[in-house]
Amino acid sequence: MTHTIDTKVLVIGFGNPARGDDGLGPAAIEALEKLDIGGITLDADYQLTVEDAAQVAEHDVVIFIDAAMTGNAPYSFTRLEPKYQDSFSSHSVEPASVLGLAENLFHARSEGYLLGIRGYSFPMFTETLTEKARENLIQAVAFLETALQSSSLHQTVEQQEILSNNKS
Amino acid sequence: MTMESKNLKRVIIEPVTRVEGHGKVTLLLDDAGKVKQARLHIVEFRGFERFVQGRPYWEVPVLVQRLCGICPVSHHLAAAKAMDVIVGARQLTPTAEKMRRLMHYGQFFQSHALHFFHLCSPDLLFGFDADPAIRNVIGVAKKFPELAVQGVMMRKFGQEIIKATAGKKIHGTGAIPGGINKNLSIAERDSFLKDIDQMLEWSRGSVKIARDYTVENLENLKDFGSFPSNHLSIVRDDGALDIYNGNIRAVDAEGNRIVDDVNDQNYQDVVAEEVRSWSYMKFPFIKKIGPENGWYRVGPLARINTCDFIDTPEAEKERKEFMALTDGKPNNITMAYHWTRMIEVLHSIEKIRDLLNDSDLQGTDLVTTGDRCDEGIGIIEAPRGTLFHHYRVNKDDQIVMANLIVSTTSNNEPMNRAVQRVAEDKLSGNKITEGLLNNIEVAIRAYDPCLSCATHAMGQMPLVVELHDADGRLLDRKVKD
Repeated sequence: MTHTIDTKVLVIGFGNPARGDDGLGPAAIEALEKLDIGGITLDADYQLTVEDAAQVAEHDVVIFIDAAMTGNAPYSFTRLEPKYQDSFSSHSVEPASVLGLAENLFHARSEGYLLGIRGYSFPMFTETLTEKARENLIQAVAFLETALQSSSLHQTVEQQEILSNNKS
Repeated sequence: MTMESKNLKRVIIEPVTRVEGHGKVTLLLDDAGKVKQARLHIVEFRGFERFVQGRPYWEVPVLVQRLCGICPVSHHLAAAKAMDVIVGARQLTPTAEKMRRLMHYGQFFQSHALHFFHLCSPDLLFGFDADPAIRNVIGVAKKFPELAVQGVMMRKFGQEIIKATAGKKIHGTGAIPGGINKNLSIAERDSFLKDIDQMLEWSRGSVKIARDYTVENLENLKDFGSFPSNHLSIVRDDGALDIYNGNIRAVDAEGNRIVDDVNDQNYQDVVAEEVRSWSYMKFPFIKKIGPENGWYRVGPLARINTCDFIDTPEAEKERKEFMALTDGKPNNITMAYHWTRMIEVLHSIEKIRDLLNDSDLQGTDLVTTGDRCDEGIGIIEAPRGTLFHHYRVNKDDQIVMANLIVSTTSNNEPMNRAVQRVAEDKLSGNKITEGLLNNIEVAIRAYDPCLSCATHAMGQMPLVVELHDADGRLLDRKVKD
């Protein structure tokens, strides 16, 4: 999809700020709020749940931001395909399932992406990010700021994947 | 750790999710392959009580929301009620109390809707033994799309109420010691009122689904994970259902009152907690009866069993029909939780409608204070049951003691009993069947346990089931992603 000024973009950061680096998602949203990038909807929550599908369905492009417990640092950016199966018995829903729900319930074909910011420490009741996670956050937000201004997030994903492959 | 008796086999069922924490079911079998003992293990950490020590008391209503991503409002309001006592605000301004109530009813509405449509309705619509691949909300979305959309939109409506009263989803600051920090604007009020009739209609439909299902399947449900028990909740001074404020009441399985009219500040006269060697989670009990028989149920079923009436007409009509099923005595059917949960959904939306039409919500007198105290207790009915918050502060306004009893902890013994009943009926031999797994899952889910409150755990793992013989050899193992 080529993005224009009329493309409706939603960015959702999720995680628990009291679980150390698990708070990277909400922290990214706070940073984006300060940048005051016009024309995008920002949201933060402890976790994703079914009603997020309704909000997702109202947008053309949705970027989920979560802390990554494993994988590339400082971040990874991947395209999501809708998932049509739910978890065993959890109240929460994973990003791909939110896309699947939006499609099943509201016939929405939102383009979904996951920005996973690498975290390292997830202890209970620790309200600060580790120094390395904070550095990753800065780079991830800078990347997203640029990506949101590009004409094609899809192209950005492809470039990101080339970069990741070169690193590994 | 679980004790393994000689000549007993052990079955372990281990569901772990990111949010709800870590639960494990251990079934001990005798030589004949019959269930001798069932135990639900929940790894409870009391870290939060330590975490808040040294923090200024006014931060607590915000901090406690991090306990649970599912019901942060319940912890927010229970902590705020405790802090009201500390700042001497025994009587809030009408605007403050009604804004908090609106927040709380919004919380009930969305939480119960999430549970019913997302987790419970697949069991009811497809059957307990249906393939898990379809027995989930996606399956409901495919086969009953209108119902699935209703669930999502009801949940969204409740979340929007919370956002308008509490502020941001993370770091919500609506309730503060002694009151509230905002009122409801006319624009916000009108945005909710335009959808209220639709929400009422959907709520009526939800009660009907739960009621019809229970009545039509009564013969099968009445023994499913069921057992006689005590029931505990807060009720209003006149005996009405009141999920925000009231005195403690407990009744036995026949409806006889064990305790009544106990002020929330005296909860320790009523409830104590027992530690058992095999569980990290405590077992609360009614002191008057003692630990062996004093355990009790909390949540929607307990609330409907303990209250004398509901003060909204449509929910009261439904309550009467529910109670008629057991001739006015407490209903002890575990699966009846779902019916009562939907009665509370109807009650909540009736209350939301009434509050939205109350001009006090636009008032500007938001905070009150009084004589400072060193100790405060806040008790509230959370969607899953009675929630106790107890704090002490020093002269520097720092928290020096905190004790929380969450509803999942109160329902610890009942959930163990429910699992035991199901296992006795469904398990035989040395194989763990899908049917057994599904039925245990259904019984636990009736309580809508939010294990994250009790455990504060994180992680994402599949359901693991292991069957061991008396010598520890693995007989069978199942993994459910």
